[in-house]
Amino acid sequence: MGEPAYARVDVTEAAARVLRDLRAAHGPLMFHQSGGCCDGSSPMCFPLGEFRTGASDALLAELRVEGVPEPIGFWMSAAQFELWRHTHLTVDVVPGRGSGFSLEAPSGVRFLTRSRLLTDEEDTALNTATGRIVS
Amino acid sequence: MTRYVSPGQPGAKMNYQPRYDHWIGGEFVKPHGGQYFENPSPVTGRTFTEVARGTAEDVERALDAAHGAAPAWGRTSVAQRAEVLNKVADRMQQHLEQLAVAESWENGKPIRETLAADLPLAIDHFRYFAGAIRAQEGGLAQLDEDTVAYHFHEPLGVVGQIIPWNFPILMATWKLAPALAAGNAVVLKPAEQTPVSMHYLMSLIADLLPPGVVNIVNGFGFEAGKPLASSPRVAKVAFTGETTTGRLIMQYASENLKPVTLELGGKSPNIFFDDVSVADDEFYDKALEGFTMFALNQGEVCTCPSRALIQTGHYRRFLDAAIARTEKIVQGHPLDTDTMIGAQASNDQLEKILAYLEIGRQEGAKVLTGGQRSDMEGELAGGYYVQPTIFEGSNNMRVFQEEIFGPVVSVAPFSDFDDAVKIANDTLYGLGAGVWTRDINTAYRAGRAIQAGRVWTNCYHAYPAHAAFGGYKQSGIGRENHKMMLDHYQQTKNLLVSYSPKKLGFF
Repeated sequence: MGEPAYARVDVTEAAARVLRDLRAAHGPLMFHQSGGCCDGSSPMCFPLGEFRTGASDALLAELRVEGVPEPIGFWMSAAQFELWRHTHLTVDVVPGRGSGFSLEAPSGVRFLTRSRLLTDEEDTALNTATGRIVS
Repeated sequence: MTRYVSPGQPGAKMNYQPRYDHWIGGEFVKPHGGQYFENPSPVTGRTFTEVARGTAEDVERALDAAHGAAPAWGRTSVAQRAEVLNKVADRMQQHLEQLAVAESWENGKPIRETLAADLPLAIDHFRYFAGAIRAQEGGLAQLDEDTVAYHFHEPLGVVGQIIPWNFPILMATWKLAPALAAGNAVVLKPAEQTPVSMHYLMSLIADLLPPGVVNIVNGFGFEAGKPLASSPRVAKVAFTGETTTGRLIMQYASENLKPVTLELGGKSPNIFFDDVSVADDEFYDKALEGFTMFALNQGEVCTCPSRALIQTGHYRRFLDAAIARTEKIVQGHPLDTDTMIGAQASNDQLEKILAYLEIGRQEGAKVLTGGQRSDMEGELAGGYYVQPTIFEGSNNMRVFQEEIFGPVVSVAPFSDFDDAVKIANDTLYGLGAGVWTRDINTAYRAGRAIQAGRVWTNCYHAYPAHAAFGGYKQSGIGRENHKMMLDHYQQTKNLLVSYSPKKLGFF
C-alpha cells in the first residue's frame, strides 16, 4: 500500500521538530485529541500505549514524521470525530504552558490543532463508504 | 474606579516570592530534580516567579507527609475540623483584597470578579462545609428486634486533587473544603499555568492546619500529575479538566481500583424564549446580562454559556440588543475595577481561541462582533487578550460543538420548545444550561428536559455552596459544591450488630 493521496491530519515542520525530540526522550508516541474544559480541544501527546484507546475511539491518521521511525497514531473519541470529520487538521506548536498530561509542556511549548474545511475532493476520498477512517 | 498596584511594584497589596518550592509537611521543600519553571502573568506576558518542577519523588514525599498526618487528622472531632475550616474562611476574609490581587495577577481575570465572586465564594465554601460536617449524621437501621445496622462515615485517608487554572483558588477550595471536612489529608497539584496563588493562600493559613494535612506539589501533568493520579497510595483522585485527561486519570485509577470524581467541561446552551422580550423591563435587562455571561472570566469557565439559542419570534430584536450589550464590555487591565474582561490565562489558550475563530469563519459562521485578538497598549501589549466575539451559525458547526474556552458565543435560532430542547441536547456534554422565560411552566419543563447537571433558570453563572454542580454525559462524574460531595470523600462503615445471645442453630 502506498502513501495515501489524502490525509485527515498533517503536521507542521515546527511540530515535527518537537515530535522528533519527544520520540528521542520518550520512545514511540501517540496523539489523542481532547474535548471539553480548560486544556481541552487540544491534541494530547503521550508515549504510545499510555492512553488506552478502545471501541469508542477513532484513529484519524498514522502520522509519518521524518526522523521518527514509526507512524504516530492520531486518535479522537468516535463521537467527537463525527462532529469533526468534515475538517482537516494540522498539528502545530505554539509557545505555551497548558498541557493536561501532554508530553511537550515542560519544554514551554504546546501542540495546537489548526483546522480547515476538507475540500470536496478530500471529502469524497475520505468520507465515503470505505468504512475506514484512515485511508 | 480603583486600580490595584501590580504585585512587585511599590505599594502593591501583595507580593509573590521570587521562587516557590513545594509545600510538603508544613514547610517548603526543594524539588528532588532541582528544576524550576517560569511562571508568567497573563496580564503582561512577563515572568514574575519561578516554581518547583515536581517529579515522582516529590509526589512520594508529599504522600509520606499526608499519610503521616491523615490518621490524627481523621480522628479529630467534627467540631475541631469545622473550627479549622471556619478559621481558614475568616483568614481569607481578612485578606480578601490581597488574595484577589494574587489571583487576578496569576490568572488574568478582572479583579471585579475575584473581589466579588472567586474569593467570597471560596470563603463561603469553607464555611458551608464547616457547617455540613457538623450536621452530618450516620444512620442506623433496626433490622429486627435484636439486630441493628449502624452506618458510620469514615475518611478515605489520603486523596489526590488536580486543580484547573481557570479559578485556581476557588476550584481548589471546591475540592479541599469537603476533603478536609471529611477528615482526609490532601496532596494537591495546581495547574502549571497557575501554580502559585494557592501558595499565597497557604502562606496566610498555614498556621491553622496541622503539618501534612494539605500538601502542594507543583509541576507538569506527565511529570507530577501522573505519579499522583496513578499512585496506589491515594484513596481517591479528584480532577477538573478535559475529556482526554479525565479518561487517562480514570485509567490510572482503575489500575488501583480507586474512585475518581471528574468535572470535564461542556458546551452549555443558554436558551431565550420569545416571552423574554415582551417587556423592556428589569427582567429583560437581566436576560441580556445573562447572554453576555459568555464573557465572564474571559469565557474560561466549564459552564460558559457558549451556545445562545434565541427563539425566532424575538430573534433579531434580542440579538441586536445582545450585540450592543456585548460591545459595552470594557476590556482592560485586570487590576482595574472598571475592567469587565481581562486576559486569557496563557499564550496557548490565546492561540487556541484564535484557531477557533478561524475555523468558525471557514465553516460559514458570521462574526457579529469581535472576532480578533485585542491589541493592547503599554505593559499589556505582551498579554493575552481577545475581543468578546459573537458568531451566528448552526449547531453542527464546530464552534457550536467544541469548548473554545474563550469569550466566544455561537448563536442560533430555534422555532419552538421541542426545537430548543433538541438543539440544547445535541452535544456531547451536559454540564450547564440556561433557560430564560417569564412562563414558569416552560421554565420547569425545559429545565427537566435538558440533559445537564445544572440548569440555571432565569439566572446564569451563580455558584452558591449548597447547589449541586456536576455533569451529565461526557461532562464528568460526581457533584461538587454540595454536602453530597462529602460522600465522595468518605467510606461507609457498617457495623452489623446482634444483641441476641441465641445461636442460629446451623452448626
